[in-house]
Order: sequence, then structure tokens, then C-alpha cells
Amino acid sequence: MKIAVASGKGGTGKTTVAVALAETLGARAVLLDCDVEEPNCHLFLQSHIESSSAVTVMVPRFHQEQCTGCGRCAKVCRFNAIASLGKRQLIFQELCHSCGNCLLSCPADALTESTMEIGRIHRRTPGAFPLYSGELQVGHALSVPLIRQLKEMCEDDKINILDAPPGTACPMVNSVRGCDYVILVTEPTPFGLHDLAGAVETLRTMEIPCGIIINRDEGKGTLIEDYAGQNKLDILMRIPFSRKIAEGYSAACSLLQSAPELKEKFSSLLEKVEAL
Amino acid sequence: MKEILILSGKGGTGKTSLTGCFAQLSSNAVFCDCDVDASNLHLLLAPELQETEEFYAGWTPQFMEKGCTQCGICEKVCRFKAISCEKGFPRQLPGLCEGCGACADHCPTGAVKLSPRHCGRRYRSQTPYGTLFHAELFPGEENSGKLIAELRRAARAEAEKTDAGLLISDGPPGIGCPVISSMSGVDLVVAVTEPTPSGFHDFKRVAELAHQFEIPVQLIINKWDLNCELSEMIAEFCRGRNIPEIGRIPFDPIFSECLRKNRTVLSASDPSAALNIKNIWQKISSLTF
Repeated sequence: MKIAVASGKGGTGKTTVAVALAETLGARAVLLDCDVEEPNCHLFLQSHIESSSAVTVMVPRFHQEQCTGCGRCAKVCRFNAIASLGKRQLIFQELCHSCGNCLLSCPADALTESTMEIGRIHRRTPGAFPLYSGELQVGHALSVPLIRQLKEMCEDDKINILDAPPGTACPMVNSVRGCDYVILVTEPTPFGLHDLAGAVETLRTMEIPCGIIINRDEGKGTLIEDYAGQNKLDILMRIPFSRKIAEGYSAACSLLQSAPELKEKFSSLLEKVEAL
Repeated sequence: MKEILILSGKGGTGKTSLTGCFAQLSSNAVFCDCDVDASNLHLLLAPELQETEEFYAGWTPQFMEKGCTQCGICEKVCRFKAISCEKGFPRQLPGLCEGCGACADHCPTGAVKLSPRHCGRRYRSQTPYGTLFHAELFPGEENSGKLIAELRRAARAEAEKTDAGLLISDGPPGIGCPVISSMSGVDLVVAVTEPTPSGFHDFKRVAELAHQFEIPVQLIINKWDLNCELSEMIAEFCRGRNIPEIGRIPFDPIFSECLRKNRTVLSASDPSAALNIKNIWQKISSLTF
């Protein structure tokens, strides 16, 4: 099974919840940190990197001696990653989407495949479960190829918990695609609600069921509850606003380390989601 | 005209809350919400929508049965596995196409056409503090970089036209394409971090990115008293990297109280948080760069 933890808004507590779910599941879990631009799961799980593999993407390599100067490669590149200067083609690797169209289009074999490293996947074993973190190299723009390769670490016989990136654009979409359920973590503020609505709309178009965790709940107002009611969404759990939890978080303690009493709530939540 | 971008790396450190305050304190400035994926700045500035422009970027293929010989070449050339010819005629699988056009370029009978992809919308709004440029990217779309570039172009044109001295932009989280697009050509990055392991970790990556772009960074530590020791470590890191610290904001429930009412802390009856932010803004706006 694959359960993603997403939000819309940044900073609502995705990583906090993803780590808590993995800690609750123990040996049944695989934790994947798909927020490859800013991976954080490992910060709350004391462990070291056991192994690390480079993640590469295909980029074209230009061979001057074969080039006839037709300019077809630059014409077909929809990502502006090739500039044609007569018989010299300039490749902007950072813009390349690895579609291979230029290679297919070259009549003269002047382009071959080469690889470019965009980041790494680290494996750690912080407890009973493995943690796979994707880390995009600073300066690289495209996180999706790294997320796709990271998701290959999912194990069929385990419950895979995927910590998704914020937002609703392609990094989040590629993280949640293929998941059985998405837990949306929100905060009871207008920002939280605004971005939660965007995330719900995204998941509806992808036809992935979802439910809500309200984090930093102060028991004031019914902003999220009203929205959930109108949209027939379950509120799976409330995590109370607590200075103790905030201070624990800032000292690299996981949620269940600061508030072990919440473990039972996470167990019930997982039972409910597994049964769906 | 100078451009300031507020970034953090980590989401939720207070970028938008502070950008809202800076916008309200500024004079003769234009504002831009570069977090097109989850734009929130407009919730604080009471905007009145003036103009809407549809945003098209990239391409989406249309598969026509007329002329299609079901050869399956389109599926073969698609490296994103976005086409299935399982049932004879090709069909697009949702959410996978990246708009490279290989299917159209290599169809032997021209049965695949490319149409411009409607990815989002951008807006120009008037607020009591200045003109706001904001946008929304439709769920699941990419091309946020291009949308941000168009948005910034429009904001800069407005700033030139009205002789505004400053363009203040609320940045997206992360370090990827949206951040890179927001960052290129700005004069200053104001980084907002928090004394947590995630905050520090993510701030370091954004500082590294700004360094690669050779853009100066100044730092604000938000909720600093949640962990004084870690705040000191962050400050020490910044001293070593020539990143001036321009302010610290203590953790204060007044921020979320105001946020719940779609307001910034400048409107709170207790003026202490507002005074602190005014001092920070004073430092930023009096910088010569």
C-alpha cells in the first residue's frame, strides 16, 4: 500500500506526520522523503547514511564533426534547451527534460545520449523501517525525475509512507500519483484552508481518496471542519497546538517522542485508512 | 528600481506574513506573489482585481483518428509513458505528458497535432498599499517557472511605468524551478528562517542557491526564542558566510491570531510585534544596493 502525506501549504506538518506514521508502523513501513528540494525526514530520525546512489537524467551530447547545421534539434526542442549557431549547437543541460526528441530528429547522428547527475538517493535505517531520501543538487531546477526514481524504492509488501513536497504542481503530483490514499495535513488558518482546497481539487482530478489532519489545532473556530463537511472529507485526526511539541520539534524530536500519547491516535488512523 | 525577494527554503517560516507587513509599510512599491503554486499574499492585502490574463505554456497533443494508422510510433517515442496505444488508437494518460512534442514530430501521417496548454492565470490587482501581481497555476501543471517569469515581467513593467522604487516579491518554498525563476536578477534575498533542524537545513540550501546566483542575502530569524541555542548556531553560520542578520522575531501567538482574521500583525492592538517588524523594514528599505 502507498500512503502519501501532502498539504498544499508549506510548513503545516507533513514531515512531522509522515515520520509519526512510519514510527507507528515500525517494521511494516517504508518511509520515502519525496520533498527532494528540501528533504527533512532524516533530521528527526537519528541515523546515518548507509548507502547513497547518484540519480542521473539523460541529456544530449553534441558531436561537432557529424553536424550538418540543419538546426532541426533546436527547432524541435520545446524547452529551449538547445541553441543553434550554424554548425554549433549549444546545449543548456539544466533546461533539458530528457525527452529525446532532439536525438530522434537529428538526421546526422550528431547527438548521442549522455547523463547528468541531478541528485542522490540516500538510504538510512533509523529504526525498524528503512528511510529513502531524495536530495536534489542545489542549482538543479527539475525535481520530478528524482522523485520518479525515488518511488522505485517502494516495497509491495509494506506500507509505503511518502512525504510529499508542498504545493500542487508537478513535484507533488508525481509524488502522490499511484498512491492509494493521501493524508492532507493542514493548519486552521485562512492560508491553510486556501491551499488545502487546491490540494483537494488536485487529488479529485487524479481520483485519489484523501482525508485531513488538522495540525496546531487550538479548538478555536471551525474553518477546516466547515470546509470538510461541505466537501464530504473525513477529519482523520487533530494534533493540538502545543508549545511542548513545538520545542520538541526544534530540538529534533519526532512528534511521538514529544507526545507519545498520540501514538494510539495514529494507530487508529492507519487502521481506518488500511480498511478503506 | 530594486527587487527584493523573500525566501526561506522551508515552508511555513513566515515569508508571506512578513511580506504582507513589508508591503503595508512600504511606500512607492509594487508587489509580486511568486508562490504561484499556493499563492497566499492576496489574502492579506485586500486586493481589488483589475486584470486577468490566461497563461498558456507548453503543448498538449491532440490525437486524431482520421489519418491514424495505429502504427504505435507515438507511444514508442514518448519517454514519459504518457501515451497508450493499447486499444488501437492512441490516448493520452493523464498527468504524465511534458509537452515535448515528440509524438507529433514523429507521427508518419501527421495525425497528432499540438495545442497550446492552458496552465493557469495571472492577475493584476490594486491594494491600498500598491499594485499586486499574483497568479495561480492550475493543479498538476508544470511551467511554474515560465508563469513566474511572465508575472515578474509584468510587475517590473508596472514598476518602471509608475516610477516605483521597489518591487517586493513573496517567494515559493524549496530550491527548484519556481525559486530559480523567482530569484534570477533580483537585487536582494531576504531569508526568513526558524530555529528548527528543518528551518536551518533548508535555509542553508537556499543560501547556497543565492550564492550560486551571486545574490546577497540578509537573514531574519522568526520564532527565535523557541530555541535560543539553535538561533545562535544559525547566526554563527551566517557570520561565516557574510550574511547579515537584520532581525529576530520572538514566537508570538499574535501572528496566528491576526492571520486567522486575514490581517498582518501591524493591525494588532499590542504594538510590540509591529514595532519590531517596522525596525526590520527600516533596515531593509534603507539599504543601498
